[in-house]
Amino acid sequence: MDHQPPPFFKRGPAPLARLTFYAALSLSLVFIDSRFQTLELFRQGVSVFTHPLQQAAHAPVEFLLNVGSYFSGITRFQAENANLKRAKLDDAETLLRMQQLEVENERLRKLLEVKSRQKAHGRVTQILYAARDPFSRRVIADKGQQDHIIAGQPVVDDAGVVGQVTRVFPFVSEITLITDKEQAVPVQVVRNGLRSVVFGLGNGQLELRFMPANADVQVGDLLVTSGLDGIFLPGFPVAKVVNIERDTSYSFARIYCVPIAGVENFGEVMVLDPRESIPLPPQLANDSAAVSAKSSTKPGVKKKRLVRE
Amino acid sequence: MQPTYSSSRILQPVRPWFIVITMLIALLLNFLPASTWPWMPDWVALLLIFWSIREPRHAGMGSGFILGLAMDVADSSLMGQHALAYVLAAYAATSLSRRILWFPLAQQALHVLPLMLAVQLVQFGVRAMPGAVLPGLGYFAGPFIGALVWFPLTFVLLLPQYQPVDRDANRPI
Repeated sequence: MDHQPPPFFKRGPAPLARLTFYAALSLSLVFIDSRFQTLELFRQGVSVFTHPLQQAAHAPVEFLLNVGSYFSGITRFQAENANLKRAKLDDAETLLRMQQLEVENERLRKLLEVKSRQKAHGRVTQILYAARDPFSRRVIADKGQQDHIIAGQPVVDDAGVVGQVTRVFPFVSEITLITDKEQAVPVQVVRNGLRSVVFGLGNGQLELRFMPANADVQVGDLLVTSGLDGIFLPGFPVAKVVNIERDTSYSFARIYCVPIAGVENFGEVMVLDPRESIPLPPQLANDSAAVSAKSSTKPGVKKKRLVRE
Repeated sequence: MQPTYSSSRILQPVRPWFIVITMLIALLLNFLPASTWPWMPDWVALLLIFWSIREPRHAGMGSGFILGLAMDVADSSLMGQHALAYVLAAYAATSLSRRILWFPLAQQALHVLPLMLAVQLVQFGVRAMPGAVLPGLGYFAGPFIGALVWFPLTFVLLLPQYQPVDRDANRPI
């Protein structure tokens, strides 16, 4: 008979061993998530438990806000309604002609046999709250996998590009704003068609990087999406240049911009449908198909064939 | 009445479900849309440190790890970022628990402050490796508020463990 210690002395593994285990586990999670981004399914699984809690936490806050707006008076809404009606009338002239222009453009493009422009379609989503993470600029919107939102869809508001859907949960989705440090948008200067990429700075501003010191960019220039990434449709306003530092000791100019859309205000945004991929010309498509077929065959089989030949 | 080891008052044993409920409430408080208040303390870290000091056998690194994962998903931060910070804080709190409880509340709060600061620092360190920048000094304001909250927190969380003040003559202690 072996003498075990009484059960109240049993405390499991030593604290240092447990610390090593848990720290190693969380460090490997950090590494996998930052390098490979393969934990999305795990994240969605955990969100099934955290999402109801989050909703429970938000419910009283939302209720208070709603009560506030309910009592804020009908006059404000009437004034807003009148303003909107006036704005619609102001825009009507341009909009009506726009339809005609679009039709005409379509016809001319057909005549020239240029690929037709994809029309922007999307669905309106409500931004619920900003993600609590202080190191990034992300917001949570109220549509997710249930509404067939997929990661990568561009998000715009009434003025311009807001960001991009980066993560989708069953009921909500996460939008990374263009001011986030890791978000880049390919843009074009409207004035002269100069193409570049605009990066977020993390402090609400954007920076146009890798432009030579003598590049033709001026303060006040409007930047629109260039559409070269195959994600954003071309022509959406992104930012306006506010400050340029040209230092000849650096090869690049530092060009600061501010976003045009109300990126940091929360309201309704439009999640645009994913852009149709542009088909390759037949010759190129055949070539790439042949290459992929060749690479997919097993090397052993290939060798055998060669020997036979 | 000071509920430390030097006080003559004996506390009733803690009920495990009370720890679970307070942790859930802390999660709810953390899930409030508080991104505009950077000075809001990290309630989960505070509660985890509290229970790791008070009841090192009921709460510790394991619960810290699970709560950290929940916070990572809810915050949409890097996976494992909160988990690592909470596990380290829980380890420090459990190993310091025998020492901290000898002090009066003000000095306990002074012990808790560096632990709370470490939680923020570890998270910043994890995020700084892929290239994040410090979001401002307000990021480190939360721990100070948390240390101030330590006084009411201790009072409220120990309320269910107080025994009635009137002495029962038949009770052994």
